[in-house]
Amino acid sequence: MKIQPNKHTLWLPLLAILFSGNLLAASNLKTEQAILTPPPMVPPAINRDHSAKVVINLETREQVGRIADGVEYVFWSFGETVPGSFIRVREGDEIEFNLSNHPSSKMPHNIDLHAVTGPGGGAESSFTAPGHTSTFNFKALNPGLYIYHCATAPVGMHIANGMYGLILVEPKEGLAPVDREYYLVQGDFYTKGEFGEAGLQPFDMAKAIDEDADYVVFNGSVGSTTDENSLIAKVGETVRLYIGNGGPNLVSSFHVIGEIFDTVYVEGGSLKNHNVQTTLIPAGGAAIVEFKVEVPGTFILVDHSIFRAFNKGALAMLKVEGPDDHSIFTGKTAENVYLPEGSAIQSLDNTFTKITANNKNEQIRFGQRIYEANCMACHQANGEGIPGAFPPLAKSDYLNNNPLLGVNAIIKGLSGPIKVNNVNYNGVMPAMNLNDEDIANVITFVLNNWDNAGGKISAEQVAKQRK
Amino acid sequence: MIFSLLMMSLALAEPPKMVALPAGNYRPLYMNKNSPQTFVGAFSIDITPVTNAQYLKFVTNNPRWQPQQIPSIFAEAQYLQHWQQNQTAKQPSQGQLNSPVVNVSWFAAQAYCQSLNKSLPTVAQWERVASASATQPNGSLEKSYNQRILQWYSRPSSKQLPEVGTNPANYWGAQDLHGLIWEWTEDFNSALVSGESRGDSDINQKLFCAAGAQGAADPSDYAAFMRFGFRSSLQAKYTLPNLGFRCAKSKE
Repeated sequence: MKIQPNKHTLWLPLLAILFSGNLLAASNLKTEQAILTPPPMVPPAINRDHSAKVVINLETREQVGRIADGVEYVFWSFGETVPGSFIRVREGDEIEFNLSNHPSSKMPHNIDLHAVTGPGGGAESSFTAPGHTSTFNFKALNPGLYIYHCATAPVGMHIANGMYGLILVEPKEGLAPVDREYYLVQGDFYTKGEFGEAGLQPFDMAKAIDEDADYVVFNGSVGSTTDENSLIAKVGETVRLYIGNGGPNLVSSFHVIGEIFDTVYVEGGSLKNHNVQTTLIPAGGAAIVEFKVEVPGTFILVDHSIFRAFNKGALAMLKVEGPDDHSIFTGKTAENVYLPEGSAIQSLDNTFTKITANNKNEQIRFGQRIYEANCMACHQANGEGIPGAFPPLAKSDYLNNNPLLGVNAIIKGLSGPIKVNNVNYNGVMPAMNLNDEDIANVITFVLNNWDNAGGKISAEQVAKQRK
Repeated sequence: MIFSLLMMSLALAEPPKMVALPAGNYRPLYMNKNSPQTFVGAFSIDITPVTNAQYLKFVTNNPRWQPQQIPSIFAEAQYLQHWQQNQTAKQPSQGQLNSPVVNVSWFAAQAYCQSLNKSLPTVAQWERVASASATQPNGSLEKSYNQRILQWYSRPSSKQLPEVGTNPANYWGAQDLHGLIWEWTEDFNSALVSGESRGDSDINQKLFCAAGAQGAADPSDYAAFMRFGFRSSLQAKYTLPNLGFRCAKSKE
């Protein structure tokens, strides 16, 4: 991402010299241009031992972006990303802040930096119409990690559209060096369509007021920081995460699955807590967390209000590479069957209306869902089972010779030695708590896939087997 | 061919037709439900925003409002920047003729209206005519009304603006109040909205308070909040790529 110097702001340092009586620039500090980075990157640590005058140029944009696969949203942003560019300054620095609102914007925008000591955090001083630039100055008095956000009416909507980011004010003594630093901000989004509904989704004001979020995400979209976009580290390294929560509504229970935070800078301030599992990050707040990664694997970063993680997108990944250390974590060393209830499906509510298959094709289609939910874990997606453990259903002589044996296995379970395609198996299959129709459908599905013999089983045939 | 284009331009350059509104009441956004409504006298207002063709005729007849002539205190450098420079002057392209004129300052817009013995509408006049839906004077009674407006506000501006008059007419017969451009009002800077939309509760309880704005007549009317917020970010010399105008005339 590029932050381009704005032509309105280039002459401002000159002005500052001419009219230095009015500006913080009165002091004779060295001037430097702030390095801003898009998420999840963090600017390099500041290693000077004196204060400086730091010039920050940030631009507000309104632009269409991806919020999930196939779903677009009009984001309002600082520096073309959600969250906005990461800003890093040092305690005692004097900051000249130039906020430019792109000419294509529909809205005026401003910025309230929680790191500012002064009315509105700079909001009023930076109120900027489209195609204009505002400048204000402030001194970074308090060290810590702070949210910044747009505070133009209606504030909620500007924040809900992604106008937030983090500014780090490093303490004078600096932060301890670490191997990796990353930048994540959680935010909740409210769209006309439900989660995942395709197309360009407009902002839904009613849902925002009800705090009924469709998306809760890190860094502006579902999957922003997963798979090939995951954060990375190597075994033995120390990772520092700068975590913010833009809101607008929800607070975050930030947790890394499989890690314990060695240190948390509570609420982004000076208080350090140690050995923390989950840290609460308020809307409009932040935290710094540090941990050493001792073992390899993929570590999942979540909002532990867990439905948000797995149903609304609040999930990121940290991939750690390096050698295993079995003295810390072994992986699975044994697996045995455990059958206290003898059922695969537990039912909470039977009030939904049952849809019945009307023909063989529907039986196959419905049966596939039953298969995926109940059978696939052992017999595998391709029906080939796992050699030595779970017999194949594909081209299975056992099943094709007498499909009712399959029905019986589901109804009553199956244990002891059997022979399938001339291979001996001696395992345990639990009885499945499926109704007659589901069993008929799933057997019919199996019979009509993977080069099996075809045919179908009816619910009546299943009922007969139960007797 | 040139002759016929010229003829068409002339026809397009006729000022917009007007609709008349009777005297009536309007409740400003920041009033609560019990506060008295504001009386708005009878007035007429242009059915559509002023187009590039109409504005071209104005600057042709009034050269001091041409881009190369206008003093910088009356308009920023971006004044009419979407027009093309030909040998003699800046002009809109053929495709822009019937689109709303934008990149005009308040001074320029007011001068255009005055040249036709009209003026810019007041905020009260504009909001009164704009609060109507297609079927009734108070559109906020219809659930979809605000959401539809918001959808336009939340989309970035398109480079080429559509032509005026393509949105359906509202209850009063006026078009394009929502969904095309922002519009100048005569007293755009009279609402005391500061850049700090949360702090204003200290100044005046009836204006914006914290994000929820409990003092407002209709706190859910985010569309109106955005208009008031937008207006208060302006200065009279500003020229923006999505800000145009239409004219009004109060009944004597």
